[in-house]
Amino acid sequence: MATPLEGVGKRALDRLDYVGNLNIQLWATLRAIGSALPIIGNRYRWKETVRQILQIGVDALPMVGLMAICSGIILAMQGASELRRFGALHYVIDLVSVGFTRELGPLLTAIAVSGRSGSAFAAEIGTMKVTEEIDALKVMAFEPIEFILAPKYLAALIAVPCLSIVSNACGILAGGGFMFFSTHLGLGLYLKYALDSIVARDVISGLIKSVAFATIIAHVGCLEGFRVRGGPDAVGRSTTSAVVTSTFLVIVADAVFTAIFYFTGKP
Amino acid sequence: MSLISIRDLVVEYDGRHVLDGLNLDIESGETMVLLGGSGSGKSTLLRQIIGLERPKSGRVVVKGTDITRCSPGELMRFRRSVGVAFQSAALFNSLTVEENVALPLREHTALAPSIIDLVVWMKLVVLGLADFGKLLPQELSGGMKKRAAVARALALDPEILVFDEPSAGLDPIVAAELDELILLLKQAFQMTVIVVTHELPSAFRIADRIAMLYQGKFLAVGTKEEVSKSKDPHIRQFLDRIPDNITQAAAVSAYFKQYLQNREETS
Repeated sequence: MATPLEGVGKRALDRLDYVGNLNIQLWATLRAIGSALPIIGNRYRWKETVRQILQIGVDALPMVGLMAICSGIILAMQGASELRRFGALHYVIDLVSVGFTRELGPLLTAIAVSGRSGSAFAAEIGTMKVTEEIDALKVMAFEPIEFILAPKYLAALIAVPCLSIVSNACGILAGGGFMFFSTHLGLGLYLKYALDSIVARDVISGLIKSVAFATIIAHVGCLEGFRVRGGPDAVGRSTTSAVVTSTFLVIVADAVFTAIFYFTGKP
Repeated sequence: MSLISIRDLVVEYDGRHVLDGLNLDIESGETMVLLGGSGSGKSTLLRQIIGLERPKSGRVVVKGTDITRCSPGELMRFRRSVGVAFQSAALFNSLTVEENVALPLREHTALAPSIIDLVVWMKLVVLGLADFGKLLPQELSGGMKKRAAVARALALDPEILVFDEPSAGLDPIVAAELDELILLLKQAFQMTVIVVTHELPSAFRIADRIAMLYQGKFLAVGTKEEVSKSKDPHIRQFLDRIPDNITQAAAVSAYFKQYLQNREETS
């Protein structure tokens, strides 16, 4: 019987193996991503990329928008309840604008996309493994990474930052709604103050995070699918694991990026 | 020189020998049936022949190329000369039957779309699926799915056609139809056919030669007549459908007879 120490060691090795596989998959996809590009790539891969952009991005718009509106109102209300005591209610505008651009917009989007698309990637690829479709691709001389993963990854790289921008806009506008009803501040003036409080590096840091989150979600979802062994129950487990692992890694990556930007003098 | 030459092939899973030093030659234009019970290693052998897995040791040489050691480019070239009809058909569920058959043509040839449509139609006509091209795989019966998988496997006019358990899950009539289809295809296209099966009527109908596998080793390789006359106890057990532990089977049968007798007496 394994001792607790052996158990810890085995789990640590499993985690390292997982991270190693993620890296191998990432590099293989980066080598194959040219095939999913328009004009220079394969037109069928680009068509698939567009289809994935619609699924990951356009279909998620209502959900991401609603989440951002609710979070914007919550952040404004929570901020106002404290800042009102110091007569600094106008700082709610900065709080919502900067908070969303740097942090909440990309993070909320990543959580929504992880739940919707990360799980869908794992389920789709897992089912393809169980039904021998991945083997069929290989024997037809297709490379599964190029055929399946490259379009999904490219689509995520395009859709997730775009969704983050929409999320930022919805959150900031929701803050404006709150300010209008609580202080009668006009929306035009609110937007002027909001835009004054945001600088380019806020937007850029948010977009860098979005790209990193898209990478995590696409690769964890696909890797979980490729790791499926067995029957339909394994597909179910991989779907759950894709959402849990990608959400966890997104939050860890967020903390790392925030620390890097903080200590390098950037936001 | 044989078309396919397997030498000293050893495959291990978790230290367990699944294939144990196999040697086999498959000649051009013959139908070789790999026969054996569940767990005998026939599907593993098939995966080695089509280059889906790499062995622990040994060689699989196809037309002078050792596919266990060749470069990825050579493996891709080899795969384009092989058509595989999987046990589960492995059709892509998001594509229609026509699109499934057109996929390898679309991606691996420079044929004009109108010519691809014509080739696809011809393949579907040969397989008796001309009226079902627009349907999705989930709208087909089990037998039609298998035929659609054969149509896709034939798309690039392969030199070698491989069937994994073609009769599995089919009723006897549809299974017999598929056997006739395999014979017809071989006659019409002069292909080398490899079939993995455990169905005796099917094996003896279509085979030119039979390789009988038992616990990862060949018990016999020869013509249908040679195999059917074999005195090997394992071959006789398989061909005569004798249960593994006949004494136990007799004891269970006696127990149930006694049980039913007792029930009749008490009622």
